[in-house]
Amino acid sequence: MIDAAISAADTAWILTATALVLLMTLPALALFYGGLVQAKNILSVLAQCFAVACVCSVLWFAFGYSLAFSGDGAWLGDAGAFLLQNLTRDGVHSGTQLPESVFVMFQMTFAVITPALIVGAYVERIRFAAVLLISGLWMLIVYAPVVHWVWGGGWLAQMGVMDFAGGIVVHVTAGVSALVIAWMLAPRQEFPHGIRPPHAPWMVMVGASLLWVGWFGFNGGSALTAGGDAGMAILATHLAAATATIVWMAIEWIKFGKPSLVGAVTGTIAGLATITPAAGVAGPLGAVVLGAAASCLCYFAVWMVKKVISVDDALDVLGVHGVGGALGTLALPFIVMIGIGGGKLNHAPLEQFGVQAIGVVAVALFSALATWIITKLADMLVGLRVDAEHETQGLDFASHGETGYHTNR
Amino acid sequence: MKLVTAIIQPHRLDTVREALTALGINGMTVTEVRGYGRQKGHTEIYRGAEYTISFTPKLKVEVALGDDRVDEVIGAITQAARTGKIGDGKIFVVDLAAALRVRTGETGDDAL
Repeated sequence: MIDAAISAADTAWILTATALVLLMTLPALALFYGGLVQAKNILSVLAQCFAVACVCSVLWFAFGYSLAFSGDGAWLGDAGAFLLQNLTRDGVHSGTQLPESVFVMFQMTFAVITPALIVGAYVERIRFAAVLLISGLWMLIVYAPVVHWVWGGGWLAQMGVMDFAGGIVVHVTAGVSALVIAWMLAPRQEFPHGIRPPHAPWMVMVGASLLWVGWFGFNGGSALTAGGDAGMAILATHLAAATATIVWMAIEWIKFGKPSLVGAVTGTIAGLATITPAAGVAGPLGAVVLGAAASCLCYFAVWMVKKVISVDDALDVLGVHGVGGALGTLALPFIVMIGIGGGKLNHAPLEQFGVQAIGVVAVALFSALATWIITKLADMLVGLRVDAEHETQGLDFASHGETGYHTNR
Repeated sequence: MKLVTAIIQPHRLDTVREALTALGINGMTVTEVRGYGRQKGHTEIYRGAEYTISFTPKLKVEVALGDDRVDEVIGAITQAARTGKIGDGKIFVVDLAAALRVRTGETGDDAL
């Protein structure tokens, strides 16, 4: 693969986007989640996000990239790029004008944030060893195959499924898996009535803001080129986030009389997750419509998970990410159909919707089943939950021997 | 000697301090505390879920003084801390057995 030419402009943009997407995990997501937990668990959440990033980076180099992007199997990549053995300095990634190394690294940041998203489901009660084991296995067994299906030429790609930056690949996989792990782990001791409120809403806002900026690299970089596609993706991303924020605030304002900061920035993330699969086809108006729909549906989904099915998906990974990602994936044919998208579909709109639905449902089922097996395995090998006493004490000291806040000293 | 302990609304601290300074009271200890009385707690809402905050943040002001000053100090704190709404706090007075200034070793009223 050294026949095509490398574009300096494309390379420069994707290098930048790579840094932005890593920023989404370190520290954006860690802060977003860290502010939502109790003060006694802040460091454990930061440590989980940080460690997951490192473990999944090394596994992506060793096996993940190859399983996702090497070979042309329908179901899984091959072992041709294990340990990135054939990666050369001037190799070009096929179908792009990017150095292979840049493509590997850009995709690595996605393989890092997707398992890190799941952290939100199991905070405040999971063993650290289980976090590392589940995240590593999950990246290889769930994430890498789904990447291959959708972006690596696998069966969903062959059907013409459209997932611009990871509505299915990132948000549906993480959201559904989060629910399965949260259910298997059982709720926190105080769930549902004694749960303490977020210890630092300001930190949630800082994290969400960094995620918002990082998402420009996530969606804009997914164009894999530095042209109009990237520009339109970033414009759509920004408008969806802004609209979703306003709508979530409006819902709370009407319902409770006060618009909360935590609610507003939750709306931001719902909007960003929703526009992710559609950032390549939604025009500015389409993005505004998707953003508004995102907050309405995700607000309802968060409530459903807590009150109706009563699973302690602590930081609403399914309700915000999973449902948002699925919504954008399923809605994108209609955005084009009613004329508020700028991009082209692979099929006629209704046929495209069928393909999108197959993608969402198949990936959700596969994620649920595979995550169940991985979590069972982790339970047998290292155990899932910390002792009740340690849960009360807080994971910062119980698991890491540290304390987040030394005040009055 | 008496120890006057006042549990007050956090935002009344400056007024209370000014009132006591005006009376010539030269020291106090302030602690951030949580508790509830008739005010009970309150609820906060995050992402549509209600969280019950059983213990409301208050400040505990402690002042040690001579027996002869107790009434005017209690009066000053009461006036300065009162907003008229539920949750304004309480004042407790106990006898103080001894007092000692660490730097000089002075004891009793001289240490206050």
